[in-house]
Amino acid sequence: AMDTDLSSQDRKDLDKFIKFFALKTVQVIVQARLGEKICTRSSSSPTGSDWFNLAIKDIPEVTHEAKKALAGQLPAVGRSMCVEISLKTSEGDSMELEIWCLEMNEKCDKEIKVSYTVYNRLSLLLKSLLAITRVTPAYRLSRKQGHEYVILYRIYFGEVQLSGLGEGFQTVRVGTVGTPVGTITLSCAYRINLAFMSTRQFERTPPIMGIIIDHFVDRPYPSSSPMHPCNYRAGEDNGAVYPSVEDSQEVCTTSFSTSPPSQCVFTVTRAHFQTPPPVVTDTLKVPVMGLAFSHQLSSSRLSYQPAALGVGSADMGYPVLFAGGLNAAHPHQLMGPGKDGGVPPVPSQPAHGTQADQERMCTPLDGVHYSAATPSSSEDTETVSNSSEGKCGSPHDLLETIFIRKVGAFVNKPINQVTMANLDIPFAMFAPKNVELEDNDPMVNPPDSPETESPLQGSLHSEGSSGSSTGNTHDDFVMIDFKPAFSKDDILPMDLGTFYREFQNPPQLSSLSIDIGAQSMAEDLDSLPEKLAVHEKNVKEFDAFVETLQ
Amino acid sequence: PLRTRCCAPSAVTPAMNCRAEVLEVSVEGRQVEEAMLAVLHTVLLHRSTGKFHYKKEGTYSIGTVGTQDVDCDFIDFAYVRVSSEELDRALRKAVGEFKDALRNSGSDGMGQISLEFYQKKKSRWPFSDECIPWELWTIKVNVVNLANEQERQICREKVGEKLCEKIINIVEVMNRHEYLPKMPTQSEVDNVFDTSLKDVQPYLYKISYQITDSLGTSVTTTMRRLIKDTLAL
Repeated sequence: AMDTDLSSQDRKDLDKFIKFFALKTVQVIVQARLGEKICTRSSSSPTGSDWFNLAIKDIPEVTHEAKKALAGQLPAVGRSMCVEISLKTSEGDSMELEIWCLEMNEKCDKEIKVSYTVYNRLSLLLKSLLAITRVTPAYRLSRKQGHEYVILYRIYFGEVQLSGLGEGFQTVRVGTVGTPVGTITLSCAYRINLAFMSTRQFERTPPIMGIIIDHFVDRPYPSSSPMHPCNYRAGEDNGAVYPSVEDSQEVCTTSFSTSPPSQCVFTVTRAHFQTPPPVVTDTLKVPVMGLAFSHQLSSSRLSYQPAALGVGSADMGYPVLFAGGLNAAHPHQLMGPGKDGGVPPVPSQPAHGTQADQERMCTPLDGVHYSAATPSSSEDTETVSNSSEGKCGSPHDLLETIFIRKVGAFVNKPINQVTMANLDIPFAMFAPKNVELEDNDPMVNPPDSPETESPLQGSLHSEGSSGSSTGNTHDDFVMIDFKPAFSKDDILPMDLGTFYREFQNPPQLSSLSIDIGAQSMAEDLDSLPEKLAVHEKNVKEFDAFVETLQ
Repeated sequence: PLRTRCCAPSAVTPAMNCRAEVLEVSVEGRQVEEAMLAVLHTVLLHRSTGKFHYKKEGTYSIGTVGTQDVDCDFIDFAYVRVSSEELDRALRKAVGEFKDALRNSGSDGMGQISLEFYQKKKSRWPFSDECIPWELWTIKVNVVNLANEQERQICREKVGEKLCEKIINIVEVMNRHEYLPKMPTQSEVDNVFDTSLKDVQPYLYKISYQITDSLGTSVTTTMRRLIKDTLAL
């Protein structure tokens, strides 16, 4: 067959398709690991801005990261775009779960029509990606993230590195599309031995909090191979607030509305935000604190901010959890002080390690805290034995709890949605609040389901794309449909739906927390032999008692 | 038990160059619906486009297809479907009938449900239009009965894993980029696509099922034709 050279228009189109395909691929993957159900609307009228005729929202930070990683290049032979999904526990252990690879090989299909066939096949490939992202093991893990672990993503460009996936990893091919300049391949390599996840070693059964004593024994951090250095460096401009984040503040302020009742809504976080918790693991090598938060959009269960302090390497992972309304005005702040005051905001600039050295911080999770690591040490995380360190308080010792009320989708409001509640007061959240936004709070007045336009909708703007779900407003956020069963009137505060959501995910019982549990558990175990002896002595009485019951 | 036969059954046996894929699942009774929906929706996700809007000079623009996650209640599984309530309703209706037939047939719980994509080929009067299938998906179902809660829990997980495999299989087939009907002109669009839905446009399809009764014989029931003009001619 005669080789027909690609016309320049076709070439330009093809490059554009591949570029946007890469960006959409990243969006699909990251959104599938947010831990929430995604829902976008079909629209019969084309808006002209939905690439590949699919309604895939663009989370601005994710696009930004992807663009940074690509740095103007396109996937080519030997230069693949990889999205690495990893898991990080509240104690700082992390492990790579998946690597999604967008690769290009040399096999060209010169005959294929760019603007038509290639485009449609890329669309089909994205649909396959949507389907496949739900069937790898990491999906279920990501749906349950928030308390013991979070899911992070990292985008890099260059050579694919699969060594962090452990032995016996499996590969699934999502699909291929031939083009005149090469064949695009999308695949996923995923770790398989994560059926049981403990907070230390992921091959063991999960510890029930507070019961397994050796949970608190210091063990060397399971070292995994160093992360592959990626092309882009984030260290230098770490402090910079990139314009896109500012621009997308409105997007960031809004959060996904609640997921269906099966998922928790309120995030109870233990806040001790004097300084960000420094955590260094070998997967997060740059001061990512600020960036980490700037990459957090809403999540129903963000209760944990992974952060790394360290300098030098360009690797970083971004929490895929998105915390609603958390970083509107100040992308580097985790929590706004809220009108109630009381919660100190996270400083906008993470210390590059030195400050971290002196701090012992509680992470919001379970009172587990991290020791500061020196910036240069990326491998050894001094993961802490909870019983031996001075505790900054078990989760329920803390006086303050921040309830992050998730702002409904499309609501365009400042982030000061923080309600303070004292854990000691039962039903604290029902106490008279200082937050005046109850009426506007979509938690109380949830926006309508996607079918109708909610009167609460503001219009969102992101960098360029406009959503297509409703004709007039630009929805750049996915809508989560939530309709708690039996709840009918969403106007009244504290209706059944709200009640259900609020109590969907109660905070941990203090007796089950690691810290308190550890101590008392140790004591309990010590006293067990005695107790057993007593019981044995009284066995006749017990038997007689049982007889009376029968 | 009475087995109804409505309308003449369409060609469930595939034509010569219709590709056929068969998937098999073993599920508990209460998992049948979700498992079938997961598979059917995954196939239709790949076989639906946005609505076409034809413009002058034969060009057309395509609407946008939204998607959403669906969690299963009886299976540890989630899948993505097209955001179209009409389509979901149609599939649920079909799957519901299949499930009822399975239950009522008195069979040992074996049956199959088929999703067939076809093109219409208009014929001159007095001949009626031909339906030419180009892709046929058959899901063979074996309903198992479980004795206790522990077995059910294991079944939840196992079936979830199996469905993950099925999704991967489906995606493999889709990725082969084998025959697809040509994009039609405006006058031909109803011969290729189901244009009756308001928000998405799947290829013309029909769903039918068979229940294998205890004698091993099967009865074909064409349940539902989702094109407007099947009987209108």
